[in-house]
Amino acid sequence: MATHVDDVSTHGLVEAWRIQRRVIWALLLREILTRYGRHNIGFLWLFVEPMLFTLGITALWSATKAVHGSHLPIVAFAVTGYSSVLLWRNMPSRCVMAMPPNLGLLYHRNVRPIDIYLSRLILEAAGAGIAFVVLVIFFHFIGWLALPENVLEVIGAWLMLAWMGTGLALFIGALSEFSEAVEKLWHPAAYLLFPLSGAAFLVDALPVEAQHYVLLLPMVHGVEMLRQGYFGSQIVAHYSLSYMAVWNAALTLLGLAQVRKVSMTLELE
Amino acid sequence: MIRLTNVNKDYHTRSGPVRVLRDVNLTVRPGERVGILGRNGAGKSTLIRLVSGAELATSGIVERRMSVSWPLAFGGAFQGSLTGLDNLRVICRIYGVDPDERVAFVEDFSELGLYLREPVKTYSSGMRARLAFALSMVIDFDCFLIDEIVAVGDARFHAKCNHELFVNRADRAMIIVSHNAGYIREHCSRAAVLEAGHLQHSDNLDEAFDLYNRQTAVAA
Repeated sequence: MATHVDDVSTHGLVEAWRIQRRVIWALLLREILTRYGRHNIGFLWLFVEPMLFTLGITALWSATKAVHGSHLPIVAFAVTGYSSVLLWRNMPSRCVMAMPPNLGLLYHRNVRPIDIYLSRLILEAAGAGIAFVVLVIFFHFIGWLALPENVLEVIGAWLMLAWMGTGLALFIGALSEFSEAVEKLWHPAAYLLFPLSGAAFLVDALPVEAQHYVLLLPMVHGVEMLRQGYFGSQIVAHYSLSYMAVWNAALTLLGLAQVRKVSMTLELE
Repeated sequence: MIRLTNVNKDYHTRSGPVRVLRDVNLTVRPGERVGILGRNGAGKSTLIRLVSGAELATSGIVERRMSVSWPLAFGGAFQGSLTGLDNLRVICRIYGVDPDERVAFVEDFSELGLYLREPVKTYSSGMRARLAFALSMVIDFDCFLIDEIVAVGDARFHAKCNHELFVNRADRAMIIVSHNAGYIREHCSRAAVLEAGHLQHSDNLDEAFDLYNRQTAVAA
């Protein structure tokens, strides 16, 4: 095993953390400029784009009077459900094949693959989060949506979903550097997971038999927790915070191990 | 000081791992200019990537006790849809330098004029090279890595680059890898020869050139 000793390592962890924050911030601004530019509404697209998705789904479900197994208004249902989908689905999608177009950046020694992944993940999570808050405030303002009953629980659930998105994204993203099949498989997997993810139904409305199976999926727990925080007494939520935390921790560990493997075996042009 | 101890580097190919560097030992002290001569495929660029820290060694120890640049005038990190100025800002932020203080220098040095505010993808290769060289001079390093002759722009611009690098930064360490013996003789105080992944040290410049010439003669 090779050893790399850097001038930085003599300054310890505090200095390393300072440099990493700086690098991630630099990459984040670069990503914003690259993706949204300075034209028309510029970086506002960061949350306008996910907002349009949620609005579209809300309109669609309202028009078709989607059956979701509760007496909750469809708007409330769609906004809480689809916002959570954006986290666990878009975060991995942003990290799949993220390395090839950015290989040149790695010539700057302090830029490591984990920084490229994290800058994209922070941006994605921020976009989804801002979109969620803006939509809630907007629908509340026009009187279609009440504010959450328990804001802290909503934030907790949202952070759990973002954590899951991060772990899954690191794992899927880093894995895609070793096999192109990962990219091909991730898209259908994400598509098929959407109807099972709890975004479009309440677990309580399912037959008991089906509840067991659907609760194997970690994101269902996050969505249920988010809805409990939002609607509280109006629904019966089924979730286990510890079950989801174990999943999240496992995904994060697998992800970090895979990212480390990318760093070790990376070959620049 | 930079020190490589028994460094090996493998690359993976379809027919298994290929060893590109074998038991390489190298020490560069502050202010020292070391040339590394080698023919195509000898492993020169790989050596530069390991010293820069862009890639990790397969085994051995790589020590960097002074700040080391990225390979000089490397433009591969440019984001084509961003302007030259935005690319400058990215690099400054990565290294923790205030971009605003460096804009004037890059404007003046690169001679890109209003193109500095245009996307890099609209640049000619010469314009890209001028921007890349100017950006390499924006961050202060103790040791500069130079992969092949820095030939940017016309003769006048080339002379300007050489002045900025070898005169204004005369006190810095440099590692220059090249297949051009003349370039290394002009700028280095010490040289070594890289052949098929082996780094062979010499006591003085002439000895290194003799060794290198014998290799190229055999090949011819």
